Amino acid sequence: MNMHAVRAIYMFELSRTWRTLFQSIAAPVLSTSLYFIVFGSAIGSRMTVIDGVSYGAFIVPGLTLLSILTESVSNASFGIYLPRFTGTIYELLSAPVSVVEALLGYVGAAATKSMILGAIILATARVFVPYDIEHPLMALVFLAMISLTFSLFGFILGVWADGFEKLQVVPLLVITPLTFLGGTFYSIKMLPAIWQQVTLFNPIVYLINGFRWTFYGKADVNVWISFGMTFAFMAICTAIIAWIFKTGYRLRS
Amino acid sequence: MTQTDSVISIQKLNKTYKGGYQALKSIDLDIRRGEIFALLGPNGAGKTTLIGVVCGLVRMTGGTVIADGHDITRDFRKARAKIGLVPQELATDMFETVWHTVSFSRGLFGMAPNPQHIERVLKDLSLWDKKDNKIATLSGGMKRRVLIAKALSHEPKILFLDEPTAGVDVELRRDMWNLVGRLRDQGVTIILTTHYIEEAEMMADRIGVINKGEIVLVEDKHALMRKLGQTRVTIGLKEKRDAPPNLDQPLELSGDGMTLTLTLHGEGDAEDTGVADVLKDLMAAGIDFKTVHAERSSLEDIFVGLVETRQ
Repeated sequence: MNMHAVRAIYMFELSRTWRTLFQSIAAPVLSTSLYFIVFGSAIGSRMTVIDGVSYGAFIVPGLTLLSILTESVSNASFGIYLPRFTGTIYELLSAPVSVVEALLGYVGAAATKSMILGAIILATARVFVPYDIEHPLMALVFLAMISLTFSLFGFILGVWADGFEKLQVVPLLVITPLTFLGGTFYSIKMLPAIWQQVTLFNPIVYLINGFRWTFYGKADVNVWISFGMTFAFMAICTAIIAWIFKTGYRLRS
Repeated sequence: MTQTDSVISIQKLNKTYKGGYQALKSIDLDIRRGEIFALLGPNGAGKTTLIGVVCGLVRMTGGTVIADGHDITRDFRKARAKIGLVPQELATDMFETVWHTVSFSRGLFGMAPNPQHIERVLKDLSLWDKKDNKIATLSGGMKRRVLIAKALSHEPKILFLDEPTAGVDVELRRDMWNLVGRLRDQGVTIILTTHYIEEAEMMADRIGVINKGEIVLVEDKHALMRKLGQTRVTIGLKEKRDAPPNLDQPLELSGDGMTLTLTLHGEGDAEDTGVADVLKDLMAAGIDFKTVHAERSSLEDIFVGLVETRQ
């Protein structure tokens, strides 16, 4: 195992975060804070309690995931797309670095950033909304799995994309709508019966409900199904990345 | 050639791109340990593809490449750790400092941090006073130096320089060739491609010519010059002649009868003696002349001749 390479890539990617601190951390924290102010403090006090949880507290897991999902995808995709765009990818491809090592570096750094971001958002939410975490260890495991999975997905996006537009389109037009419709702001039990069935095809539903369960011990979907779905998504992403490196898809000519 | 004196051994290497274009056609090539090998060829000949395959950027379609005893596919870690690459394009991390980007390269190639080595490389390349500068603020020549520093950061045994002096100023070009000389003295094998054939003529031990994906020839530089080089001697006469003089050497007379031309093949003493002999013979025959101009063919002339012959 080329641990020097893993460390080099990991530290290089993290240093990019500090260089783009506003874009990486401050912007998502600010936008999530605005959600908490509007839906948590202002409107939330007039909303009904859902499953015994105040509305402000109910939306905390979903809003945290909204930022984590989009930032994981953005960070990981930029991490690998930027060297492709500037041409510096030649160095990674000519280095004695395996798939696993490259992933540990790039995806590990993107997932770390997401975990830090998640911690900051949860701390910020506490300022506006009182909430407790019933299963903190499980919450941490879930957060790590989701950060890793979506960083893997971002890596695939960064390899696939042939322009900056595609990098922006997926988080904005796919991840964000699916997260909004995945039960961030409501329980899926509040939907008409037919939409309750349709919404189960949205993979984000399982993530949000699993994460919400770690907070309040209640969710619309069984927690183990949520874990299983997250794990399955992670396995699919890993398999696709292994294929990318094996075939050299969009990396080696 | 034995395994010990061949640092890179390429056998039956083929590369066909997806569209069906065959960039490399059954290449066989051995690079000797410690030599400077110049790979010459016109644009699109396959130089960069060949370098790309050895360095891991391009997937080969068939064949084998052994670098310092390690198969570049099966034992890619050990093979790649021995190789440094300076690419043709100025691809750099614009927002990083020189120090960070060079240190990053060392780590990427599996080497523990060694600030003393990085300092030595940066000083060798006159980059030390720029070490804290962001790469975006550097000139094109300085960026080229950064690429070389990155390639040398992990102390490679084999260094590929793909058009290293393209678009750089005279000072950097001189510095670069001084550095190449020092690296050769340290035992580093250097494979370079260049459009400046006079540089290859000056620096290389051996020359390889590639054209349309095939190795046209591989030859010791001096042997090549001897074999294919020629000297053309032009003698301006004081008086017009109707026919060339009947001497041992075949002389051509120009249309105006005022110039004699002698073509001598080979390189070195034989040519010099040939020039002296013909001048002595002319004087002995009472043929007076006012100018003598001798022009030895350059590697470039040989290269152009080789490539044109095979068009």
